[in-house]
Amino acid sequence: MPFVPDSVETTIRELLVDVLGVAPATVAAMTDDTPLFGALPELDSMAVAGLLTEMEDRLEIMIDDDDIDGDLFESFGSLVAFAKAKIKE
Amino acid sequence: MSLRPEFRTYHFAGHDEHVLCFGTASNRQLLIVPPLFDEMNRCRRMLVQAMRELAGRDVGCMLLDLPGCNESHAALEVQSLSTWRAVVADAGEQLGATHIVSLRGGTLIDAGTGLPLWRLAPVKGASLLKTMIRTRIAGDKEAGRSTSETELLAAAQSGPIELAGNRLGPAMVAELASTEPQDTAQLVVRALGQDISGSPLWLRAEPQDDAAMSAAVAADLDQWSASCGG
Repeated sequence: MPFVPDSVETTIRELLVDVLGVAPATVAAMTDDTPLFGALPELDSMAVAGLLTEMEDRLEIMIDDDDIDGDLFESFGSLVAFAKAKIKE
Repeated sequence: MSLRPEFRTYHFAGHDEHVLCFGTASNRQLLIVPPLFDEMNRCRRMLVQAMRELAGRDVGCMLLDLPGCNESHAALEVQSLSTWRAVVADAGEQLGATHIVSLRGGTLIDAGTGLPLWRLAPVKGASLLKTMIRTRIAGDKEAGRSTSETELLAAAQSGPIELAGNRLGPAMVAELASTEPQDTAQLVVRALGQDISGSPLWLRAEPQDDAAMSAAVAADLDQWSASCGG
């Protein structure tokens, strides 16, 4: 089943809970400006590996690791925007 | 019935491999095929808690060490999914298993026994491989080295490569890239969140436990195993 854009954000929130073990209330309170990398202790470079693979599986996208730079995980909004852009490809 | 763990072994390719058991006197004997690589460590406590619950319900269960993993003296780099599939079938016979239980990467090697099979959260080998490759690349990057997936996969054609702390040989890398869980007769598949409530502990960077999930897994396994096989 293809993902409609507004379910992408929900999926990303679920991913942050499932992969990083962040409290659901913390994730529910995130807005586009909420910083991620450097602000969430759970999100280190090793956790990013698992997060990317789960994003691929759940959103049915392919992520080329060359596309990934530091800005991707800068904020909740940048991560959602990246996922939405990948789905359109 | 005893809730104390017992330790048994099975023999494969010149090594005695460790098996953690509960309820060895019970009629039902569930052979648990663990998740693979790091996911095994992250799920072990949840699984062992489920095993204690099962023993309390008079259901015996046995958690395998795969050759090359955990306490095993065998080398990991000579293992492959085909070898491990043969291991599960062989160990099942040696240990008197009546049912097979597998989760995550364990579902890639569980299909050779002919016994009733219960799977939780199956995963493609390619997803496991990709995560390990990304972890390796991220680790290298932090150490100031630049590595690409293409380079790693090319190196893996001629010799072992180190991925996220695992030294994997060419056969293992090739089989992970191409293997998906195989359908078998007498198969049930449980999805996390739908059939079993709990958290995907295998994804977590830090090992955790989930007592409610262990209880839910044990209750479902008790009901399922009473309805088939044995």
